[in-house]
Amino acid sequence: MRIIYYLVKKELLQIFRNKGMLPIIFVIPIIQLVILSNAADFEIKNLKLYFIDNDHSAFSRLLQSKLEGSQYFMITGSGLGSQNGDAAMQNDLADLVIELPRGFEKKLMREGFDKIQLRINAIDGTKAGLASIYASEVISDYNREIRDRYGASRSLILDHTEGNKIEITYSNWYNPDLNYKTFMVPGILVLLVTMIGAFLSSMNIVREKEIGTIEQINVTPIKKHQFIIGKLFPFWLLGLVELSIGFLIAWLVFEVPFIGNIFLLYGFAALYLLLILGMGLFISTLTQTQQQAMFISWFFLVVFILMSGLFTAIENMPVWAQKVTLFNPIRYFIEVVRMVMLKGSGLFEVRWHILIVLLYAIALNGLAVFRYRKTV
Amino acid sequence: MGKTIIEANRLSKIFGSFTAVNEITFMVKEAEIFGFLGANGAGKTTAIKMLTGLLSPTSGEAQVAGFDVYNQTEDIKRNIGYMSQRFSLYEDLTVTENIEFYAGIYGLSRSRIKEKTSELVQKLDLGKVQNALIKSLPLGWRQKLAFSVAIIHDPKIVFLDEPTSGVDPITRRQFWELIYEAAYQGITVFVTTHYMDEAEYCDRISMMVDGKIQALDTPELLKKQFDASTMHEVFVKMARPHEKI
Repeated sequence: MRIIYYLVKKELLQIFRNKGMLPIIFVIPIIQLVILSNAADFEIKNLKLYFIDNDHSAFSRLLQSKLEGSQYFMITGSGLGSQNGDAAMQNDLADLVIELPRGFEKKLMREGFDKIQLRINAIDGTKAGLASIYASEVISDYNREIRDRYGASRSLILDHTEGNKIEITYSNWYNPDLNYKTFMVPGILVLLVTMIGAFLSSMNIVREKEIGTIEQINVTPIKKHQFIIGKLFPFWLLGLVELSIGFLIAWLVFEVPFIGNIFLLYGFAALYLLLILGMGLFISTLTQTQQQAMFISWFFLVVFILMSGLFTAIENMPVWAQKVTLFNPIRYFIEVVRMVMLKGSGLFEVRWHILIVLLYAIALNGLAVFRYRKTV
Repeated sequence: MGKTIIEANRLSKIFGSFTAVNEITFMVKEAEIFGFLGANGAGKTTAIKMLTGLLSPTSGEAQVAGFDVYNQTEDIKRNIGYMSQRFSLYEDLTVTENIEFYAGIYGLSRSRIKEKTSELVQKLDLGKVQNALIKSLPLGWRQKLAFSVAIIHDPKIVFLDEPTSGVDPITRRQFWELIYEAAYQGITVFVTTHYMDEAEYCDRISMMVDGKIQALDTPELLKKQFDASTMHEVFVKMARPHEKI
């Protein structure tokens, strides 16, 4: 124990004396959390709408004002003829074009139905899908109003579908205001803590190899596990402090609710950090230069981050990729953070996450101890 | 002279097709200052690494402080000190922090660490710089400190791999005073160097050429054997036998 104390003390002295690293460890992640959480917003508002009204009637104006009144659309242009709308789309002045045919009002009154056309820029599939859903919502609202005013038989048909006969009401659980920050902030926090932990630990042992001090350590009777624990503990402490600062920001700045048990989350974070640091130290024992360690950690982190379920839902991945994510530590932490913070899940609900991360941590730290060689 | 503390018998290290150390056989007695000489690349560092348990030998046998270099390396490590060719103190720690760290991982008690720290600071006259970072100290001071740290746990043997390279002559003299003091206290000193004047200070010397030990004796007998007046001449005659001095 005393030997570990001296190792930890030395490591902490070095960390806090390094004027280049300290801001990287503490300030930059906090700035990133604030910036990324505001930027990584999947919510789509103010879609640019080009409205082609070939009818100029009371009916068409009603639809236009309904679209304008919704929070989703911003009418950036209106005119006559399809080609104007196409040009606007081409020049990126419009995300979607709605075109009402000539005689729209007349047909709707006489025959009880008409069609309008919706053209959507689908380069970004997600955005296009949302634009279509939002437009349908506004139009069905419009339909309802027309039916109420002029009788049930009159309605507007959009894309060959019948006007909504069944009304859907939504109820958003766990994040009632559909606030994307509530969803993203905990996830981004996990990523930042992961990155700092993985990079610092992976560069640590290999740095001593580069400087040459590792030889002096290897010639002492220190035990391999003492050495690894001595390297692990300072970064583990640092990670938890950093996580706490992050939670504080999430709570104070972003007002992310914290429904679950904070101790459960800390317990899980502590376990998770052991896993990440174990991975870093394992990489550090495998490599000869800090450069190699950096590249290897970077490779794994990019894959882990992109497949973590933060940016794309795991359910949307192909089956093989879903299986790959089972080996992704970040995935488990993001799930647990969201479950515990936003849903208030308890120990029982996250028991599998705990077990998997525990086994993973034991395996990686075991490998690090095994791979660290005092005698070459 | 006392009993044998290091014994090597046909000890070899082969890296792929390159034989770094080729069947060296020698022994070192307790409290002796044993000079391990040779040109750059002769295999001195590789030999030291095998004896300190940092590197596994390819073949041959060796015992250090009574322990086997193959499977008792951790026992060896408890009984030796080592000062590597590469700089072994932490440059971003202060003098006292370095002393405390190494004493700590050798398992010295807290009171003993305090004692040792003040003793070293006084002996090496580092009082004014004890809270300065190592990187701000001149090389000679660092090397003297590194040596003192290497024997902080009172080992039976200390291995010094070119401890004085790049150090000015006055500091080298002071360094050798530290070595004599350690030997006087009963620590066996195993030292490599290229400075032939330093070789004269050793009790016995081995000369390594291309992985083999070519000669092993006291400096006086070696000079007689090679018909030379200084160790420098002995070295040149042996390392480059075809060149005229």
